[in-house]
Amino acid sequence: MVEFALPKNSKISGGKTWPKPPGATELREFRVYRWNPDDGKNPSVDTYYVDTNDCGPMVLDGLIWIKNHIDPSLTFRRSCREGVCGSCAMNIDGQNTLACTRSMHDVKDGAVKINPLPHQPVVKDLVPDLTNFYAQYASVEPWLKTTSPTPQKEWRQSHEDREKLDGLYECILCACCSTSCPSYWWNSERYLGPAALLQANRWVSDSRDEATGERLDNLEDPFRLYRCHTIMNCAKACPKGLNPAEAIAELKLKMVERQV
Amino acid sequence: MSFDESHGSPKRSSMRTPLGRVRNLGAAHSGTSDFWRQRITGVAMTLLMIPVLVIIMMLLGRNQVGAAQILSSIPVAVILLLFIFASAWHMKIGMQVVIEDYVHNEKLKLVSIMLNNFFSVAVALASTYAILKLSSGV
Repeated sequence: MVEFALPKNSKISGGKTWPKPPGATELREFRVYRWNPDDGKNPSVDTYYVDTNDCGPMVLDGLIWIKNHIDPSLTFRRSCREGVCGSCAMNIDGQNTLACTRSMHDVKDGAVKINPLPHQPVVKDLVPDLTNFYAQYASVEPWLKTTSPTPQKEWRQSHEDREKLDGLYECILCACCSTSCPSYWWNSERYLGPAALLQANRWVSDSRDEATGERLDNLEDPFRLYRCHTIMNCAKACPKGLNPAEAIAELKLKMVERQV
Repeated sequence: MSFDESHGSPKRSSMRTPLGRVRNLGAAHSGTSDFWRQRITGVAMTLLMIPVLVIIMMLLGRNQVGAAQILSSIPVAVILLLFIFASAWHMKIGMQVVIEDYVHNEKLKLVSIMLNNFFSVAVALASTYAILKLSSGV
């Protein structure tokens, strides 16, 4: 059966409360998931106090402040700090989102609670192992596939056809949607998940692509596609405001269209 | 790597490449028929719901002879038969989805799906038999 409880070695034990920074007047409490692969201990939640007068407003600013001023061992991914790269995706206050675009002041009720993206193996602290997620993206072959001779200039596309890619091409592969989806939690080995399926629909919807049928063939599977039960967690989680559930529904519609 | 052993699922620590694991046995090239039939039966049940409720209300408080009299009407019997057919099929597909979602042991999954099929067919046949028997006044 599906595992509804955390495995024994993933159960969270009490963590360390780090001392408040001296001289700080405005403090914000951060409770951050910690797990170190090298010490053999279970994960814990450490408590930190961030001097909000000395750091930027975003949750990522808080994490960087902690790393610079309190605990250099705190591990997380970050790069662009402006919602473009998708590196700092994590679970903040119960919601998967990007730490760089989520203001710590929008987190109500006390502490800012930060955990890694749910239901993924953890590499260290807030860094999940997304190997399977990236392989699923690769499996939808996200590139233009054509058999016609390559034109002298570019592959042409009308404005109307280009507009069909809006809401699809903006995905930054942060994995917030897939890791918020219970179907993905239970069947991530076989269900491609909202992110990979949104990307699949991006190529299925591309008027320049000549492998549409082949792409649909590769998706037509009770597990790869039809594990989606349209509960919409993906659309709620997406920090870019995209709607993967709608993209999946479009894929299902195309499947029916070519059969009925 | 230790994180694979302690936090990853055992399958992920195999030596197969991630893409090989994702592609696995390939696409089944099925699932659309079940998806479409689930919608057809869902819409059918929605449309049939009001007539079926009316029939059930007409049957309330009547004895077998009275019920048989109502069911001897062809439209009534056909509506009930259609409803049984649609709901049993819908139930079968819906339950199979739940089993596929949550039961990961392959043997248990196959047995559960088989039992689900048997149960749905048995319910459909028993109900059909009962309706036909009453409507034909046997």
